[in-house]
Amino acid sequence: MNAIVGHGASVHIEACAKTFADGTLALAPATLDIARGETLVLLGPSGCGKTTMLRIIAGLEQPDAGGRVLFDGVDITAVPIEQRNVGMVFQSYALFPNMSVAENIGYGLKIRGVARAERAARVAELVALTNITGLEDRRIDQLSGGQRQRVALARAVAIRPGILLLDEPLTALDAALRDRLRGELNRLLRSLGITTIYVTHDQAEAMELGDRIVVMRKGAIVQIGTPREIYFKPQSRFVAEFVGAANIVEAPVADGRLMLPGGVLPLAEGDTHPAAVAMIRPETIAIVAAEGAALTGTIDSISFIGDRQRVIVGGASDKPLTIDAPNTVAVTIGDRVGLSVAPDAIRLLPEHD
Amino acid sequence: MSHRSFIWICLLPLVAVTAAFFLLPMARLVLLGAQGPHGLAGYLAILFEPRYRATLINTMVLASVTTAATLAIATVSGIFLQRHRFPGRAVLVAMLTFPLAFPGVVIGFLIILLAGRQGLIGGISSHLIGEKLVFAYSIQGLFLGYLYFSIPRVILTIMAAAQKLDPGLEEAARSLGAGPWAVQRDVVLPALGPAFVASGAIAFATAMGAFGTAFTLATNIDVLPMLIYTEFTLAANFSTAAALSVGLGLISWAMLALARSLSGGTVAATG
Ligand SMILES: Nc1ncnc2c1ncn2[C@@H]1O[C@H](COP(=O)(O)OP(=O)(O)OP(=O)(O)O)[C@@H](O)[C@H]1O
Ligand SMILES: [Mg+2]
Repeated sequence: MNAIVGHGASVHIEACAKTFADGTLALAPATLDIARGETLVLLGPSGCGKTTMLRIIAGLEQPDAGGRVLFDGVDITAVPIEQRNVGMVFQSYALFPNMSVAENIGYGLKIRGVARAERAARVAELVALTNITGLEDRRIDQLSGGQRQRVALARAVAIRPGILLLDEPLTALDAALRDRLRGELNRLLRSLGITTIYVTHDQAEAMELGDRIVVMRKGAIVQIGTPREIYFKPQSRFVAEFVGAANIVEAPVADGRLMLPGGVLPLAEGDTHPAAVAMIRPETIAIVAAEGAALTGTIDSISFIGDRQRVIVGGASDKPLTIDAPNTVAVTIGDRVGLSVAPDAIRLLPEHD
Repeated sequence: MSHRSFIWICLLPLVAVTAAFFLLPMARLVLLGAQGPHGLAGYLAILFEPRYRATLINTMVLASVTTAATLAIATVSGIFLQRHRFPGRAVLVAMLTFPLAFPGVVIGFLIILLAGRQGLIGGISSHLIGEKLVFAYSIQGLFLGYLYFSIPRVILTIMAAAQKLDPGLEEAARSLGAGPWAVQRDVVLPALGPAFVASGAIAFATAMGAFGTAFTLATNIDVLPMLIYTEFTLAANFSTAAALSVGLGLISWAMLALARSLSGGTVAATG
């Protein structure tokens, strides 16, 4: 299916910062490389500068002096967006209300002077690809949210862009639809194989879609890595807590063991620090018999979620521990239980962010 | 008291006012128009009597040109003012909308100060080309006056519409390769369409019926409101005045109705 767009361009962002006219520093100098055909996700809480970074890449904002943006090694910092050949999907979709679905999708081709017949063929191809067959002649206000999202995507892809930029394309949809479209979008982006930069504040979306994730906070990049690296090896407390659920345990260390109120947990690294901030993912903690366990606690609460149960155990650590246990484990509130964690599932974090 | 009869009682004042100030005089006007020496044919006189017809055409051409010029000027400046923040912007907007506060007579007076016999333009032109340009009392003067009081209304409507425009639409068009002109043509102007129709209709209706300015300036030219005035007060030709009034009303009303159907109904005449 590469014929549909080709792999697109590689992107290099060098020392791009953005200070808005009112003095807001929206983005600290950021340097980033995106390979051809890669899907890179910008992830972070609201206001951390994701959209600003995306708009700098698109050419809708100019970076502060000194910042440069390169596509395929060519400096395009001064090139306006209309000449950058980028496909953009906006959070509001920004579909043209005065045009039909087909006209929306074909607009970029029309601007490029593509002949009517060729345009129609390309529009038909994209209509099929994005599953909106039969809606070609509808007006935009006659579409559902999910259909609009597809039209916006088809319109952006129609021009065979060098890069595809998506700013929270699923946020405007309700949860069930979002989940379904996320899977669909994932398959589509994989099959297109085009360089994609995807902005979201939803960590589940980031993990499913991203080849790599850039975690941002307060205008700065705090970690770049594959979804697995970000999830299993967060480099800061912020990343650990922002991506997935995490128990953050603060405890002294002795003989390579974490000394907790309810017992000890052996650490993998022969860590010599006198104290540690450690992250333990809820699903890495196993509930075992209390007798002979190195760490024990008391069950405070149990929430049955269906595919698993979320158990809160008090007394083991300084704060109650959250545990995701298989739904078959029989537990009762008030039970004294033993807890075991594989040493390499305990991730030591720097004390301060 | 039942709910229904309560509503009816509330409606009573409305009915009374409508009847007293609107329906009855209107009916009288329509009847009056047909009570001249030619009966109903008095209405046809607007179209077939050369002087009346010339005036009607004159007025409509003037109103159309005013509307077109107003839309062009107000659109460019309205979009600019909405998009750009610069020192003095608020003052400029206030100045542009200031004529709203003036009655037509004052605007006529301003045009005389500008292009009359002692006017600014005359003074400058006699210095520059040795000839005194005086056009306050011509159709150009009237056009200028109409322009002056049409622009504020239209500019405010255009600015409001431009403000509601999603900036994402323009950015999307640009990302698809559209240059500045294409963006205006394909995104901005279509989105402002309803505002054009609405404010254009008002500008047209206002220019058709404006009296104060015409009264001050139209000494040598005939426009419909002036014609009605002279027929009514000087010639005491009540039935012709009535017929002309009904004609004027119909044309303006038709324009507004057309605009309302085109723009989905937010047009109200003012002025
Ligand atoms: N035009 C602007 N002028 C001034 N400040 C701005 C402007 N645009 C954004 N900002 C500020 O820059 C910071 C980063 O904004 P940005 O839109 O990039 O955040 P974001 O990560 O996309 O957030 P969200 O998830 O809410 O969309 C915010 O503090 C925001 O208030
Ligand atoms: Mg954003």
